[in-house]
Amino acid sequence: MSKLWNNYRYLILRRFTQIGLLVLFFGANAWGWKILTGNLSSSEILGVIPMSDPYAVLQMVAAGAVVATDLLIGVAVVTLFYFIVGGRAFCSWVCPINLVTDSANYLRRVFDIDRAQKTKQPITRNMRYWILGLSLLVSAFMGIAAFEFVSPISMMHRGIVFGMGFGWAAIALIFLFDLFVLKNGWCGHVCPLGGFYSLLGKFSFIRVHHLEENCTLCMKCKVVCPEKQVLHMIGKESLPVLSGECTNCARCIEVCDDDALRFSIRDFIQNKKMGE
Amino acid sequence: MKKEALSDRRKFILNMARGVGYAAIGGFLWSAYLDDAKASPLILRPPAAIPEDDFLKTCIKCGLCVEACPFDTLMLAKPGDHRPIGTPFFTPRETPCYMCEDIPCVPVCPSGALDESSVTVNGHLDINTADMGLAVIDENSCIAFWGIQCDACYRACPILGQAITVEYSKNERTGKHAFLKPVVHADACTGCGMCEHACVTEKPAIFILPREVAMGKAGSHYIKGWDKKDEARLKNAHAIHTTTNVSKKKAVDKLNSGLEGLLDE
Repeated sequence: MSKLWNNYRYLILRRFTQIGLLVLFFGANAWGWKILTGNLSSSEILGVIPMSDPYAVLQMVAAGAVVATDLLIGVAVVTLFYFIVGGRAFCSWVCPINLVTDSANYLRRVFDIDRAQKTKQPITRNMRYWILGLSLLVSAFMGIAAFEFVSPISMMHRGIVFGMGFGWAAIALIFLFDLFVLKNGWCGHVCPLGGFYSLLGKFSFIRVHHLEENCTLCMKCKVVCPEKQVLHMIGKESLPVLSGECTNCARCIEVCDDDALRFSIRDFIQNKKMGE
Repeated sequence: MKKEALSDRRKFILNMARGVGYAAIGGFLWSAYLDDAKASPLILRPPAAIPEDDFLKTCIKCGLCVEACPFDTLMLAKPGDHRPIGTPFFTPRETPCYMCEDIPCVPVCPSGALDESSVTVNGHLDINTADMGLAVIDENSCIAFWGIQCDACYRACPILGQAITVEYSKNERTGKHAFLKPVVHADACTGCGMCEHACVTEKPAIFILPREVAMGKAGSHYIKGWDKKDEARLKNAHAIHTTTNVSKKKAVDKLNSGLEGLLDE
């Protein structure tokens, strides 16, 4: 039992956080709870602390909107939070699409689709940054927040809170895309929000740290990692994972049987010595 | 003949060019979709909504207004609703705006897409100044215009007697009955849709359209001479005289000069 907890503690915490947030948001609309109102685009904690999606507001600015003070405060709250805990903690701990892509990834492993698909991944992981830039350009030209009009993240989250409509089709599309077309397709290649938080998370403090002396090169971490390029140091050097693309999901920590990976607060002095 | 390997510089430039090319294709497709997605002029917004173009820029689609609405009037557009996705709207025939005095949907808006100052008069919220749309009557299907007595819309109107009045006129067909025809007054109507909700016909004979869709425009060159305020627009007006070669001479001279002169010019 304790082994089960040990191997899944972060996964359980993550699902608890993800689903808990959805329940709170849903309860606000359905039963008038005041704990967490709104949705992932903009929300309020207890009707006091505002939170706003910095990427959505960035698109609004590009579109030429006059941004209200409330939104700017909300953006500051969210930016500061993810600046500290790691930008893409949003992706693995909050974003509802994570439930979809994780299940697609799980099925990929169960059915060995990875091995059946011999060809190299045809798309670069840098695509998200291109899409991020493109979304701001298109926002500027069209005068609306471009990604917000196609975002399956908002569609799914709004769908759960306010009613789904055809939003399920967008979710199914991402599930099938990740399962059959491209491994870690949406979150690891396409999603510009993930790209945005990757850039933000470059500077964050909470990091996964690798201890080379404990590593037995079993590579379980690389199997579960959705952004395995960030684990380039496994078995080679004792280094923190510095890439902003790490989602801080902590799956690597709990699947590691050798205690070679753990969370650490970023050590700036040490990093400087290593020539970060 | 063996080809020389591409230099790193050339590879980089080519890859960037490909990236830009893909981005251009994506950008065009994306823009085309957005252009289509935001083109729905008949959508009704919550009270105090800023003009549609700015609204689409400014609304962050958080649904706080929807949650604040006690009557479940407001909805967020879902995929498949054929409205700009995620933005709030209402459908009066199903649930109209009940014009709450404290307008709970407006102050909660974090983005300014609902502008509290536009419904504030002397420091107090006044829902009667809201402008969600304008009621339009189809006189052909309105049974009151047939001579059947119905004042459902008039009774339903929250600013009864101002936004909708009833006009009496003689029914010449029967000779002994009166028409009680509803008339909408554009200056008072807020577009709440209570009339559309109450209308007894199968498809409502009175319905709300966004104001800019429902109203015509006479143009600024028509002046109501009987209206002091409208007449005042003439105060600093001055005539514009255009002189052409033809208008230099008097008209009579022109006529006397014969055809050659006319044809020359």
